[in-house]
Amino acid sequence: MQRVMKLVIALCVGWLALAGVGIAHAKTNGSGTADHTKFKELQQEFQSGPEVTKACLACHTEASKQVMHTQHWKWEFVNPQSKQNLGKLHVINNFCTSVQSNLKGCAGCHIGYDAMTDKGVKDDPNLVDCLACHATAGYSKPAGLGGNVVAKNIELPPGSGTIIRGQNLMKIAQSVGKTSRKTCGSCHFMGGGGDAVKHGDLDSSLEDPDKSIDVHMDADGLNFTCATCHKTDGHQVPGSRYAPTAVDKEGALIRGKEGDRNPATCQACHGQKPHKEKQAAKLNNHTSKLACQVCHVPAFARGEIATKMSWDWSTAGKLDENGKQFTLKDDDGNKIYESRKGDFTYGENVKPDYIWFNGDVAYTLRDMKVDKAKQPIYINQYLGSPTDGRSMIWPVKTFRGKQAIDAEHMTLVVTHVSGADNTAYWKNLNWENAIRTGMESAGMPFSGKVDFIETLSQWPITHMVAPKDKAVGCNECHTKGGRLDKVDGIYIPGRDSIPWLDNAVKLLALLTLLGMIGHGVLRIFTSKKH
Amino acid sequence: MSEQIYIFKGFERFWHWSQAGLIIFLLISGLEIHGWYSNFGFEKAHDYHVIAAWSLVGLWCFAIFWHITTGEWKQYIPSTKNVMAMANYYLFGIFKNAPHPHRQTALTKHNPLQKLAYLFILVVVGPVLWTSGWLLLFYDVWADWGLANLSLGLVALAHLLGAYAMLLFLIAHVYLTTTGATPLAHIKAMITGWEKVH
Repeated sequence: MQRVMKLVIALCVGWLALAGVGIAHAKTNGSGTADHTKFKELQQEFQSGPEVTKACLACHTEASKQVMHTQHWKWEFVNPQSKQNLGKLHVINNFCTSVQSNLKGCAGCHIGYDAMTDKGVKDDPNLVDCLACHATAGYSKPAGLGGNVVAKNIELPPGSGTIIRGQNLMKIAQSVGKTSRKTCGSCHFMGGGGDAVKHGDLDSSLEDPDKSIDVHMDADGLNFTCATCHKTDGHQVPGSRYAPTAVDKEGALIRGKEGDRNPATCQACHGQKPHKEKQAAKLNNHTSKLACQVCHVPAFARGEIATKMSWDWSTAGKLDENGKQFTLKDDDGNKIYESRKGDFTYGENVKPDYIWFNGDVAYTLRDMKVDKAKQPIYINQYLGSPTDGRSMIWPVKTFRGKQAIDAEHMTLVVTHVSGADNTAYWKNLNWENAIRTGMESAGMPFSGKVDFIETLSQWPITHMVAPKDKAVGCNECHTKGGRLDKVDGIYIPGRDSIPWLDNAVKLLALLTLLGMIGHGVLRIFTSKKH
Repeated sequence: MSEQIYIFKGFERFWHWSQAGLIIFLLISGLEIHGWYSNFGFEKAHDYHVIAAWSLVGLWCFAIFWHITTGEWKQYIPSTKNVMAMANYYLFGIFKNAPHPHRQTALTKHNPLQKLAYLFILVVVGPVLWTSGWLLLFYDVWADWGLANLSLGLVALAHLLGAYAMLLFLIAHVYLTTTGATPLAHIKAMITGWEKVH
């Protein structure tokens, strides 16, 4: 009888446990408390993006106000240290070079509906695109519409025969939820105009990564979203590379704690003594000089998608025998030449460069003079030194460019590359016309003379954190010619030596040995004589 | 038939050989850490070096205790007497089969040159290696010790210079073991404790 009772209890407990698992599973599939398909506001045939936003704002009354204070909306950022006016709207980069004058194309990644202009963003809450970040199903923003979406099929450009399919905005609006790696990635994986192009540590392999690509985002493991680290409050997403946190000397961040600390640093979760196992003390004392990423992101572009490493605009403009634009690809299918863009090189599993970095970044902006004698010049330079007391060694991707300048004013230029008009470079391959239009849109002078300058840009390597057994081992830096070979101002055992001293001692040891042998031989010789 | 005396006691012999082994291993692993050659790889060489260093620290705890309690530390007190005679012997006398100027006894087991050499190792080379080595082990807490401005490169250089001095000493020391009554007499004495006296 007792046995039967035990069995019944065991079965009950087992069933409860199973039910519990079921509940937990359901929770992870959708932890929200609202089912947006049931909302009357969203049960309508939306004809445009702004109509959807209006419906969202009916309940989420403060959402647009919050969004309109963010860098994601304004594309402007004044660096608090350098006071430089940065942000996509102002900087020149060495990829497509500028957002300015190319907004019809570039604003496909703006979180607004054709809201961005060359003079700044429009001040209209209904133009905020909630779906860009919150749609979980089948939402896309076509290029060429300035970030607008369409509910019905249209031909773009008109007469081209290219049809942009209308999207079912009702269904998409009803799918809204939290941001995901996919929603953030739809722009951030595509920086520079395509998958993996710009960052090297951000590409679509992170949409559904395994542990070897990123230990935190591992889809079968911790499954972090971007917002797990970039913990967002009131739509303000922390962790901008325009003002990076190079050094975080504080302990793990306690939830709910007030303050303006960046929650996206490694230290914000792991604290200052993160190593607990073998050689913990030795490894922990590396944290005074090395950013965690130096060892824990051993290489970027690890997801089998190549990242661009260089872009030479000066070779653009060649035509094939039929007078048409052409494209060349390498064996892996990467474009290595495009008439409208020039030459590219790529890299996969790239070891980063290592530099001292204190969080300050100096940009070469479009109103600053450049000196061709000093090329390659830095588009953005990460500043720091071993002696300023606030730098750490950081891994970076160095991207090499060669891009147009005004040969008389000696400034970087805004180039009108994309667009349906006759001056867009990608259409007509004429630098003078494309730059004239671009500079006009920015209100900048242009002499009409074009030259090219070699440029460098630096990108922080911080994503794609490898599992610990794949971290950079001791031997890769503690050796001559290792990863940190070019990092000055620090003593690294195994790398650093005084060659003359080492050679002198080797010689001295040899002489001592020879002296001893000589002495011994002489002894043998003389003892025989006696 | 020459006379034999008991010079090196059991602990002393154990201390000598285990210390010799540790120092030789510290040199081998240390020179790899410094980049002279590659065998274990930096990571393992470093691990082993630290283990050997702590073993040597342990051994020294016993050795210091032994030297103090037995009074044997007096063996290292230097004297200027007969230093020149010893140098003269190694440079000239040894080839002429001249008598050894130092009469070894259980109370004076080191000749005057030996005393000076060992004292130099004990007073200069040792402390340099020990101090710098300890600092290197505890690099992470320098700031807590008020040593934030200490240069890692200089501490490492001191450790290296100490190691180089030890290397040169080791070569000469090994050779000089062959200058006993017979070439292996000194080594035998260090194994058995019994030394043939000249």
